[in-house]
Amino acid sequence: MKKLVVIGAGMASGRLLEHLFEAAPGEWQVTLFNAEPRGNYNRLMLSPVLSGEKTYEQIVTHDADWYAAHGVDCRFGEPVVRIDRANRRVHSNASSAAYDALVIATGSAPFIIPVSGYDLPGVVTYRDLEDTNAMIEAGVAGKDAVVIGGGLLGLEAAAGMAARGASVTVIHLMGHLMERQLDPAAGYLLQRDLERRGIRVHCKGATKAILGHGRAEAVLLEDGTVYPADLVCMAVGIRPEVRLANDAHLEVERGIVVDDALRTSDPHIFALGECVEHRGQLFGLVAPLYDQAKVLARTLMGKEALFQPVQTATKLKVTGCDLFSAGDFAEGEGREDIVFRDPGRGIYKRLVLRENRIIGVVMYGDTADGNWFYGLMKDATDVGEMRDTLIFGPAFQGGSRLDPMAAVAALPPEAEICGCNGVCKGTITEAVLNGATSLDAVRACTKASGSCGTCSGLVEQVMKLVLGDGFAASAPAGMCKCTDHSHEDVRRLIRSMELKSIPAVMQELGWKTVGGCHSCRPALNYYLLAEWPLEYQDDRQSRFVNERNHANIQKDGTYSVVPRMWGGVTTPAELRAIADAAEKFAVPMVKVTGGQRIDLLGVRKEDLPHIWADLNAAGLVSGHAYSKGLRTVKTCVGSEFCRFGTQDSTGLGIRLEKLLWGSWTPHKVKLGVSGCPRNCAEATCKDVGVVCVDSGYQISVAGAAGMEVKETEHLASTPSEDEAVEIITAFIQLYRENARYLDRPYKWVAKAGLDWVKAQIEDLPTRHALVQRFEISQSVYRKDPWAEHSTATETPRWAPLADLTLEAAE
Amino acid sequence: MTVFVDIGALDDIPRQGARVIRTAHGCVAVFRTMDDRVFALDDRCPHKGGPLSEGIVHGDRVTCPLHNWVFDMNSGQAQGADEGAVRTWPVRVEQGRILISAELVFRSNAA
Repeated sequence: MKKLVVIGAGMASGRLLEHLFEAAPGEWQVTLFNAEPRGNYNRLMLSPVLSGEKTYEQIVTHDADWYAAHGVDCRFGEPVVRIDRANRRVHSNASSAAYDALVIATGSAPFIIPVSGYDLPGVVTYRDLEDTNAMIEAGVAGKDAVVIGGGLLGLEAAAGMAARGASVTVIHLMGHLMERQLDPAAGYLLQRDLERRGIRVHCKGATKAILGHGRAEAVLLEDGTVYPADLVCMAVGIRPEVRLANDAHLEVERGIVVDDALRTSDPHIFALGECVEHRGQLFGLVAPLYDQAKVLARTLMGKEALFQPVQTATKLKVTGCDLFSAGDFAEGEGREDIVFRDPGRGIYKRLVLRENRIIGVVMYGDTADGNWFYGLMKDATDVGEMRDTLIFGPAFQGGSRLDPMAAVAALPPEAEICGCNGVCKGTITEAVLNGATSLDAVRACTKASGSCGTCSGLVEQVMKLVLGDGFAASAPAGMCKCTDHSHEDVRRLIRSMELKSIPAVMQELGWKTVGGCHSCRPALNYYLLAEWPLEYQDDRQSRFVNERNHANIQKDGTYSVVPRMWGGVTTPAELRAIADAAEKFAVPMVKVTGGQRIDLLGVRKEDLPHIWADLNAAGLVSGHAYSKGLRTVKTCVGSEFCRFGTQDSTGLGIRLEKLLWGSWTPHKVKLGVSGCPRNCAEATCKDVGVVCVDSGYQISVAGAAGMEVKETEHLASTPSEDEAVEIITAFIQLYRENARYLDRPYKWVAKAGLDWVKAQIEDLPTRHALVQRFEISQSVYRKDPWAEHSTATETPRWAPLADLTLEAAE
Repeated sequence: MTVFVDIGALDDIPRQGARVIRTAHGCVAVFRTMDDRVFALDDRCPHKGGPLSEGIVHGDRVTCPLHNWVFDMNSGQAQGADEGAVRTWPVRVEQGRILISAELVFRSNAA
């Protein structure tokens, strides 16, 4: 096998390796050096990591398994220090490797403005995960942060830190933000939106010095303005990282000079990505880098390929700011503008035309038609015929009514859908016809929507065109029709933006409906009470009827009442009270449930507080048979009576039920405790099951016995009852904090991975913190709702407001 | 002209909630929205008879608790793909009191 050495595991070289392994498997033995101590991840997604919307794990492109599967010799955390061209070897401080071909993909380095104080602690850049983590770990909440540079990167850093609760000021040298991508009008709208979100913007601001004793404390501008700053982020620009190439005496201008085949001045050395200069041009956006990867893969396979850069479009990945920019929009001779403004909604669209062809597009506030305009621009389509209505987008052409599907249907097969990866409509259509029927599958085989992800909706529309009604939109879509944010995103944003009420969530995350719907409101109510147990006030009106009324509604509008029987154990006095209540309120059916208790079915709503009061008087409380919360702990008689019992399973069940009752969870939770492996309590199909053995307690989780049937999986074993209780409590809290609303534990564990769950529970500090957070929540929720709703003031609210049939009689 | 009768105080109904009144025409649900608008609809979903008064109120819509049919409370029309309607009744709020059509006091000739 020929030896290929790659310096730098970034997005460009990662894509190159993908092409190479796909087209020529086994041809190259690859050694991959990277200065960062990790492999290839999606750098476009650093801003959601900074804002807390995603985690690093979610943005990994190539994991250890991928590298292993392709036999890549990974040398991560080893920056290459020297290239020995004569002997064709590269050296790091720890090792070296020989090459037949070498690819330099060292990317770029942030540009540091050499003002005084630039090297103080507290001054950071924003390029990689280390920078991102540095900002997260600085704990910016409540502190002052200054971002120098109002370009794409700077604004993403600013928005990310603001989402984490910092008070952020952006200082920008030019007259308006993102001047390379936006004209002044769009720049103004962007600035206004950022200011509305609490980010201060100072344009025409030149940094004079960073002030501070021992660490950054403030930023001083040339005009004398001083902004306090606990953290200063420099994001003024990047320059190609060319030091290695310089030292090796390769031809270097601003970047490493490459020809159309991406070969440097040494025929054995190639380069791609942000470090190269091609025909005088540098590259910063991902689309041309992926084109380079495609070309270089062919070059390495000995096939002819020419790199020809095309114009690319920009989208800003800041939640709530919708902008699109492509081409050239400076004013000039022979250029004409078509402008549309709707100030009330903050919408601005501008097309720049020359000789009836679009040469520039700037959009703010509504960018839905961006890709269509971009397509017309790239293809240099003559737009003379449709000039009058051009600005209104594709849906308006030909007078058809506004239908997003029509717009997608009208696109030709070669129309580009995914700008990052250069995937056109025809490629997606073909993939779908070949059996890729989910978004994930299409992403896997075409790469469409695999980088910045903003085109996911478009890709799904193309899929829908092919599949028709057979297409069900994929899971990571919005949690309901009211929002495009997924459950996971909403939950993270509730945390990172410290949102503490349903109206606050709907306002800040841009809900599209007034007051949400029956699907999102209960979910939001749960996420908020789980996140802020002490501060959030439970919203009864956002609960499904059963939880609002603490009883299960039946098909005739009556309710069922189930008092709690701790561990399934009751007394003659309790049974007598239940029997009396059943007779007094003429309960039509009394039934024993599968959870070892008694159900009184057919109770009228206005009778509920009265029957509860009677049951309360006998010491009975709500069994929460209606809740997404702890239902029952089913037990067998255990060592107290059973000749096979090894431990006191009844006692442990009662103890667990008294600890966990009243807690709200993403979906219902049922436990079982069996006193020996004969398992009479059927513990191994519960959400949490304990099977007692001579040596102690075997705890297993994630069982199911409903529409799906599934045996539990082993979580932990312990000789101590106290530890068993602690482990179970920690597991329930982990489920409360991480599962999507309406996912039972078995579904959640399947998504999160049992290994991850185990790791959390096995780590003692993590386990104890989980138990502690559960106890804080239970200090609010471990109480009987029946008692609260059967008081003298509450009881009348369960009856009709008025009875007009009586008035008629009078 | 519609004659109205007093059925109670606006504050007797929680925001985004409902209370039931018994009438000569069966149970009627009286809803109060987040912004204190009031609607009166028959408390019976045309689908399977579910009590709309127990549904989640969102904007000027209510979702039936049994099978999630959604109704526009202005018109009583089912939304989306579901077809059907609930009868609405004239109702208004004056000085914090809820007034509803007096038709509901008397049995109609048809009934």
